[in-house]
Amino acid sequence: MRIELNGTPREIDAGNVAEALRACGYGSDRVATALNGVFVPFAARADTALSPGDRLEVLVAMQGG
Amino acid sequence: MRDFYGVSLANPMMLGTARFPSPAVMEAAFRASGASVATVSLRREGQGGGAFRALVQRLGVPLLPNTAGCHSAAEAITTARMAREYFETDWIKLEVIGDADTLQPDPFGLLEAAETLCADGFKVFPYTTEDQVLAARLVDAGCGVLMPWGAPIGSGLGLNNIHGLRMLRAAFPDVPMVIDAGLGLPSHAARAMELGFDAILLNTAVAEADDPAAMARAFALAAQAGAAGAAAGPMTARDMAVPSTPVIGKAWL
Repeated sequence: MRIELNGTPREIDAGNVAEALRACGYGSDRVATALNGVFVPFAARADTALSPGDRLEVLVAMQGG
Repeated sequence: MRDFYGVSLANPMMLGTARFPSPAVMEAAFRASGASVATVSLRREGQGGGAFRALVQRLGVPLLPNTAGCHSAAEAITTARMAREYFETDWIKLEVIGDADTLQPDPFGLLEAAETLCADGFKVFPYTTEDQVLAARLVDAGCGVLMPWGAPIGSGLGLNNIHGLRMLRAAFPDVPMVIDAGLGLPSHAARAMELGFDAILLNTAVAEADDPAAMARAFALAAQAGAAGAAAGPMTARDMAVPSTPVIGKAWL
């Protein structure tokens, strides 16, 4: 299905957030996730289903002030 | 020094990690200043996030993730929750920006986010103004620290409203307060501490100096000098001169 990953449209074969991360090459990387603006905890990723058009944010540590 | 949610800091200086010419220079600035807290953010993957996390953890100081760039309470709340899991800390520097030019806080969104996050167990460090009514509401919401701005973020203007900051300090004598944003010179840091604030938080003034490590050290020394001065009980200023050398015993010449 087609979702938006970090603002970019992407075609993925995944039914939930955990599968989407694997499909997008994050593997075991440490990331933080939000789906459609709502935080998805690590433990909930496999149970959080994806629908076409969903906006998935995958964030990592960055410089900040 | 007052503690911050039960954590006492050896050095009243918190330092951002952004805008440095290189990671090595950033690390040198922390080493040279002894800054006791490092602020960090969460961003979309693409610029070596894993490596950066390892670098800031090597600094050996508590991390203070921010919600920089969030313009609504909802965005800030989601970012805070992501940061808590990612950085494994319940500390959050809560920024809800209300104006793109001045980067001043949106007081309404800030309060809304603070209420939700405090109820959710976060230890909130709200980036706020010197507004006393907003400060009271934030404390009521559960904020155990306040972070009033000195001047707009990145401006280097120093303390724009000394009177307002002094009034805020006096109104909440028991709430730990950090002057966050706008500092440009070490003398601004000393002044903030002389006013009785408990720490400073800065980034741009150090990161954009010609020699960031030397400037970081200068800020740390100034903050410590200001704190020592405040603790020593400053004299009251007066308009007229008072001779310091005794008048009695002066020769008639």
